Amino acid sequence: MWDSLQLLAFSPPGWGGVLLRGLVFTLIVALGAYALGLVIGFLGAVGKIYGGPILKTLLETYTTLIRAVPELVLILLLYFAGEAAINLALTAVGLPTISINPILAGILVLGFVQGAYTTEVIRAAMLAVPKGQVEAAYAYGMSRTKMLARIMIPSMIPFALPGLANLWLIVTKDTALLAVIGSVELATVTRQAAGSTRSYLLFYSAAAVLYLCLTLVSTWIFRRLERRYRPESGDALKLNALAIGRR
Amino acid sequence: MVWDWFPTYFDQLVAGLLLTLELLVVSIFFGMLLAIPIGLVQVTGPKWLGRIALGFCTVIRGTPLLIQLWLIYYGIGSGVFPEIPALRESILWPYLRDAYPYAIMAFVFSVAGYSGEVMRGAFAGVPKGELEAARAMGMSPFKVLYRIWLPRALQNVFPTLAGEMVLTLKSTPLAATITIQELFGVGYQIRQDTYRIYEPLLLIAGIYVILTGVIVLVMRYLENRVPRPAAA
Repeated sequence: MWDSLQLLAFSPPGWGGVLLRGLVFTLIVALGAYALGLVIGFLGAVGKIYGGPILKTLLETYTTLIRAVPELVLILLLYFAGEAAINLALTAVGLPTISINPILAGILVLGFVQGAYTTEVIRAAMLAVPKGQVEAAYAYGMSRTKMLARIMIPSMIPFALPGLANLWLIVTKDTALLAVIGSVELATVTRQAAGSTRSYLLFYSAAAVLYLCLTLVSTWIFRRLERRYRPESGDALKLNALAIGRR
Repeated sequence: MVWDWFPTYFDQLVAGLLLTLELLVVSIFFGMLLAIPIGLVQVTGPKWLGRIALGFCTVIRGTPLLIQLWLIYYGIGSGVFPEIPALRESILWPYLRDAYPYAIMAFVFSVAGYSGEVMRGAFAGVPKGELEAARAMGMSPFKVLYRIWLPRALQNVFPTLAGEMVLTLKSTPLAATITIQELFGVGYQIRQDTYRIYEPLLLIAGIYVILTGVIVLVMRYLENRVPRPAAA
């Protein structure tokens, strides 16, 4: 028992340090993908609500397809397609081909997937903002950009928070899928540690504990945020019901 | 785009599709069956059992399914079970050497964890008056459960079931990482055999889109046939 626990020591031959570094990379990838997802999601939501028919159709296709295909398949498709596309462009202008940094690749791929879900959450939150507020902003002569920045974004936050909290929990867990393309995050290094020591039970349990800690801390932070930005009406409760979670 | 490999692998793809559907149906069925007591004990108690159920849901929802799958298959399946001589000699051993039961176990737990949380809300959401009325009619607690409480709770969660099925469908490809040749596993195999980068992946992505669409449509049809609960 003690011998096997020594495998978790922080310095080699223990793998504890490797796992913790994996956790840090998991956090970096998750934060990056979440941020990218928020940018895509905000633009997507604005496009879906205010865009023309072509833009609306394109965005509808994007969100529908991404949400209907398993994340694992998407990650492989986007990873290979993305790398091939970049290299094709590089060869076309006469530059040598590159292989993408696994962290950056993870952020881009997961962020693109995350964007589809974020679009839906933010769109629903924007539609939950009372129409009168938006109309009042226009009546004061605000431009659309100003209305979005001053009225829409601040008042949609309480409606969006439960969904966004849920998406953060999802993206932290989705980083584990990057293990199939080989990365440096927690799931990948755990697999390496388990494979080379043959202590599968120990290392997968340790990784599960680390993921669980990440989830519990995140839940606590989001709960505090939600308490702070509680909407005045009860509408957020309805949105909360949607936040059931995903693997 | 080169599709000349398609006829060669057609049979394998069909077999993979069937295996995917089997994984989905079996996981949903047993997962929901397990979710009912998990949700129920959190509402009725005993308290310690409720706490265990809550802990189970938290662990399942708080860790990636991929890690759970590997923990069950590599950790328990090839780390713990082979060390137990009694198990090695039992008639169960040939099954326990296969990856399939471990995948089923992981998916069933996953569905139970996520739906257990949903069922808890559904049981709690049934108006108290209905349960009291049933008690007043002289029904035993068990009869109240299967005549009133459970049907009403299931009625409430029915709309979320379609979402749960789609989520489970989308997690079945993870089984390919423990050597199960379901749809995604077959697609991956084709990629390795033919060196085609996109075509096999695009094909199975398309199949998943169709499956999702079918699930959503079928569930919507069924939803319209289930008698709607009176306004809550």
